[in-house]
Amino acid sequence: MTAEQAQRAEQTEQLRDPVISLRSVTAELGARPVLRGIDLTVHRGEVVALLGANGSGKSTAIRTVIGQVPVTGGEIELFGTPRRRFRDWARVGYVPQRTTAAGGVPATVTEVVSSGRLSRTRFGVLRKADHEAVRHALELVGLAHLAKNSVDALSGGQHQRVLIARALASRPELLIMDEPMAGVDLASQEVLAATLREQVAAGTSVLLVLHELGPLEPLIDRAVVLRDGCVLHDGPPPRALGQHALPGHDHVHPHAAHDAEPIRTGLLS
Amino acid sequence: MNLEILDYAFMQRALLAAVLVGITAPAVGIYLVQRRQALLGDGIGHVAMTGVGLGFLLSWSPVWMATGVSVVGAVLMELIRWYGKTRGDIALAMLFYGGMAGGVMFINLAPGGSNANLTSYLFGSLSTVSEDDVTAICLLAAFVVLVTVGLRRQLFAVSQDEEFARVTGLPVRALNLLVAITAAVTVTVAMRVVGLLLVSALMVVPVAAAQQLSRSFAATFAISVAIGVSVTIGGTVTSYYQDVPPGATIVLLTIGAFVLLTVLATPLARRRARAAAQAAAQEAGDPAECAIPATRTPTGKVGV
Repeated sequence: MTAEQAQRAEQTEQLRDPVISLRSVTAELGARPVLRGIDLTVHRGEVVALLGANGSGKSTAIRTVIGQVPVTGGEIELFGTPRRRFRDWARVGYVPQRTTAAGGVPATVTEVVSSGRLSRTRFGVLRKADHEAVRHALELVGLAHLAKNSVDALSGGQHQRVLIARALASRPELLIMDEPMAGVDLASQEVLAATLREQVAAGTSVLLVLHELGPLEPLIDRAVVLRDGCVLHDGPPPRALGQHALPGHDHVHPHAAHDAEPIRTGLLS
Repeated sequence: MNLEILDYAFMQRALLAAVLVGITAPAVGIYLVQRRQALLGDGIGHVAMTGVGLGFLLSWSPVWMATGVSVVGAVLMELIRWYGKTRGDIALAMLFYGGMAGGVMFINLAPGGSNANLTSYLFGSLSTVSEDDVTAICLLAAFVVLVTVGLRRQLFAVSQDEEFARVTGLPVRALNLLVAITAAVTVTVAMRVVGLLLVSALMVVPVAAAQQLSRSFAATFAISVAIGVSVTIGGTVTSYYQDVPPGATIVLLTIGAFVLLTVLATPLARRRARAAAQAAAQEAGDPAECAIPATRTPTGKVGV
């Protein structure tokens, strides 16, 4: 089977199996219409980026999917079930738009990530497998060594990694992320991109709001661009600027051994 | 120290009530602080005054009446939080002061009632804790402990990040209501000992004090309950020997504990910060001291 055939077979497979589907969804915040009838579909195994300027309705669209913002019209389905009747939340991992994982009371990294496992527990009792899953999620984002630390003591990038680990703790089939790269330094962005790459390789579907494609660009199958609550573009990601857009750029970033690296002072990055 | 204090039935009742308050107030308060609604208890305390007044007016138990009214008030506040996005604070303020005014009004309408009756509910009074009060307090405290300990993981998730909790399939609204109701119940549990005006202090200050030492939620919970029990027993015993009002003594002791722990915690925090810096340095592959980082990942490397 050639690569093209495989791709086509995959596409037909995908068409049968939408994990998220929004049809002419409208929503208001206060009395202001924020979504004016958007259609959005994410198929199994697909990575879809939701792009657009501030106030274009990206976050609101995502928040209608999870039920945080009520819709005034249209239909939303998750895994083929109308959202109102959808109960299988363990299949969904959510990363809300946050700059911090901390609340008003100190909590350890493990405690915060454990709440992501609640959807897989009965009556909130964590068993051995649940603790194992929490530890695994922390390893995926490279924070296992900070498991017992307070989230208050973490950097911005580490906060974001905690939020992603929390979403991964239930081993979801679908990840919904609202600006996971906001306020994250480049080193952490690379860690997050690597984590996400592993998840996608394992077949996880992803819907994510992004401000710019950044290091996630090679992962993205399709981009949906919103403007003023309407879909402006639905298709391949907009051509990125710079060397990433050049033909023949195959997105391989070889990481050489540390000692082979030039000494960097950090002044220019 | 002799234990003649335990020979008096009223002191036995007062001490039992004090211990239960010391456990329940911080146990609920920690979730309020986590949700950054530290003053909710204060608002419920104001609303409960109407319940006390109604109890006097209708000659029903003021404790049960206050429980009922403050539960209704807490549910109202939660509903205002959901639906009244604009000017929610104004609506809350009206609820608070309306509750206080209602209390004063009803108690003066009650036959033979005056603001003097209200004083023991406002500031707490040990000698007036009756047999019936103790029964009510025990039942209500059992409910509070059951909720705050039994549902700790769910309440932690909802109080930490409501939006995320929704996606774990938790009944977020039901749990929010439960926290509000539990807080209302706690206010009436604490009413006889610390008084309505000071109850919020016992919900918030032990948690704030515990935070100085702890870095996990579980430890904060345990330490704040320990502080709560210590200060309520300490305040009750002090007020017996020194003839000072129990509520005020308890609150001042709690603030004393906060100051003491803050002072003690400074060297601890410094040591932890050093350990955290080391851990962070380990992660980045850097030495602990400032140096030119020679092992950065090649983020800006041209890869064409």
